[in-house]
Amino acid sequence: MSLSKEQIAQRIAKEVKNGYYVNLGIGIPTLVANFVRNDIEVEFQSENGVLGMGPFPYEGEEDPDLINAGKQTITALPGASFFDSATSFSMIRGQHVDLTILGAMEVAQNGDIANWKIPGKMVKGMGGAMDLVASAENIIVAMMHTNRAGESKLLKKCRLPLTGVNCVKKIVTNLAVLEIVDGKFKLLEKAPGVSIEDIKTATEGDLIVEGNIPEMNL
Amino acid sequence: MINKTVSNVSEACKGVKDGMTFMLGGFGLSGIPENAIAELVALNVKNVTCISNNAGVDDFGLGLLLQKRQIKKMISSYVGENAEFERQMLSGELEVELIPQGTLAQRCKAAQSGIPAFYTPAGYGTEVAEGKESREFNGKMHIMEKAFKADFAFVKAWKGDEAGNLIFKGTARNFNPNMCGAANITVAEVEELVPVGTLDPNHIHIPGIFVQRIFKGARYEKRIEQLTVRKRDQ
Repeated sequence: MSLSKEQIAQRIAKEVKNGYYVNLGIGIPTLVANFVRNDIEVEFQSENGVLGMGPFPYEGEEDPDLINAGKQTITALPGASFFDSATSFSMIRGQHVDLTILGAMEVAQNGDIANWKIPGKMVKGMGGAMDLVASAENIIVAMMHTNRAGESKLLKKCRLPLTGVNCVKKIVTNLAVLEIVDGKFKLLEKAPGVSIEDIKTATEGDLIVEGNIPEMNL
Repeated sequence: MINKTVSNVSEACKGVKDGMTFMLGGFGLSGIPENAIAELVALNVKNVTCISNNAGVDDFGLGLLLQKRQIKKMISSYVGENAEFERQMLSGELEVELIPQGTLAQRCKAAQSGIPAFYTPAGYGTEVAEGKESREFNGKMHIMEKAFKADFAFVKAWKGDEAGNLIFKGTARNFNPNMCGAANITVAEVEELVPVGTLDPNHIHIPGIFVQRIFKGARYEKRIEQLTVRKRDQ
């Protein structure tokens, strides 16, 4: 059984450590906040200008002047701060944010990532993704292993316009946890009930499978 | 005290002409200069270039100028919420320059600060870097980005005083402070306009020197783009 989007988020939440400042992208990454252990101290940064982002507001308490980067209404936790966009990207480019979790359309085995444009079809823009991937030291990609047409999103080389080069370190999909090592995808964990054969079939890029591959612990 | 107040939005927009470049604050619909946008629609200025992180939605924000085909070029980082925008862009009616969000903020800040250009790693190795000078610093590649040049900056603050000092609220701050003083004329609209001496100087986010005109916005709709709430029992 491959993982649901919530389970991908749940697995990524285990990568969030005590004392981390974390930037979450739109989509699956946003869900990660729901699964972070509550016995550790973590602050979520949203690039539109808040550090210490809290949960969604209660009905009737929403504030149009308080949103996240996905334009959703949010709350601010005690100790939170607000700041302008240039300051926000000083935190990001200046490598003050410890962990960046974002979605992708394609990841290549050298760590390249594409997630902002499908020429002639969909052009939404890169938002803060190019700044994040160019500077963050610790980037985890959260995505489905294949696209809607069933084609692999883990490629030898990206086909879509790039968001950043040689930047992705780790990928968590509905099938597996993988790391980029020496220009290849190294399989670290498999989803419960998913075979190595399944992962090989769904991975276009070179896959390193060494020793016994454990099942993900959710 | 140098008084920066103007009586209304039409006085604030005096000098706006066809073909000009405008900076507009806001992230999504949060912190957008609603009154200035309404006035630009009413003035029907054409062929303008807009520097703004987003392009509004179909029927609000910069979407209103797009509907009337007033915008020749948009410089933004993310335009996903606007179907009319996407249609005009894909058909070639609208010229679009998509740039990384941090680069957009810094190009505003550079203009505000008298820095003609700077290097950033964002976009290196992507189509954003095409035609730009690149250079290695500390073993990493960077691209050169230039300060924006704009005729007007339209920003929205929460409170302001007659001297043009501004205070922002929540995440409605976003690009607004970075655009102040980044254009030839900065027009600030505020929800509350107070006499000088009312605001605590310790709490001012943007000193009035960066603002040429300030007025109290007649009304604010403050539309929420993605209302997301949780139930009481959660």
